[in-house]
Amino acid sequence: MPQPRSKADAILAERELNSMAIIAPIAGWLIPGAGHLIQRRWIRGLLLFVSVFAMFVLGVLMEGKVYGLNGGDLLDMLGFVGDLGSGSLYFVTRMMDWGRGAIQLASADYGTKFIIVSGLLNVMSAVDAYDIAIGKKE
Amino acid sequence: MQVSHFSAAIIFAFFASIVFGITQRTAPRDMVLYGAKCFAFFAAGTLLASWAMWVIKH
Repeated sequence: MPQPRSKADAILAERELNSMAIIAPIAGWLIPGAGHLIQRRWIRGLLLFVSVFAMFVLGVLMEGKVYGLNGGDLLDMLGFVGDLGSGSLYFVTRMMDWGRGAIQLASADYGTKFIIVSGLLNVMSAVDAYDIAIGKKE
Repeated sequence: MQVSHFSAAIIFAFFASIVFGITQRTAPRDMVLYGAKCFAFFAAGTLLASWAMWVIKH
């Protein structure tokens, strides 16, 4: 029979849960799949990392465009929001000045969409990590 | 790196389906089934849209 927890234990457990609910989605956003990995969901974390990372890298290799903050028009701003979802992948790409976009290639347009979608998928995985942290999902 | 439209669509479908499967279902078995279903819908949708565009063109 489980021992009844003291009030201090309950407060401590709640604090740990709350801190994980903050750390997991941020880690998951910065490094794809990390939100799951720090909660010991190894296979899910690894699959999410591979999926988001592969889509982003393939997008850059296809010479897709990585949007900056001041894109000019509304669609560019939306592209920026999508790209930003990739977290550290986005920042590294911007720092290295990759993802300039080759408008003469049809595949570059696919690459641009790959990069945006990988960011959006990463946001989905970060939200999933949050759901696990608050106990909404196993 | 250059890929055909179909290859790009299949690669896209593959990775997006993995993420959809993991994030939208709770049990591992349901994740696999949902991921496979999403992939099938993506691929079938691509083929249908391609043929629809061919019909419109001709």
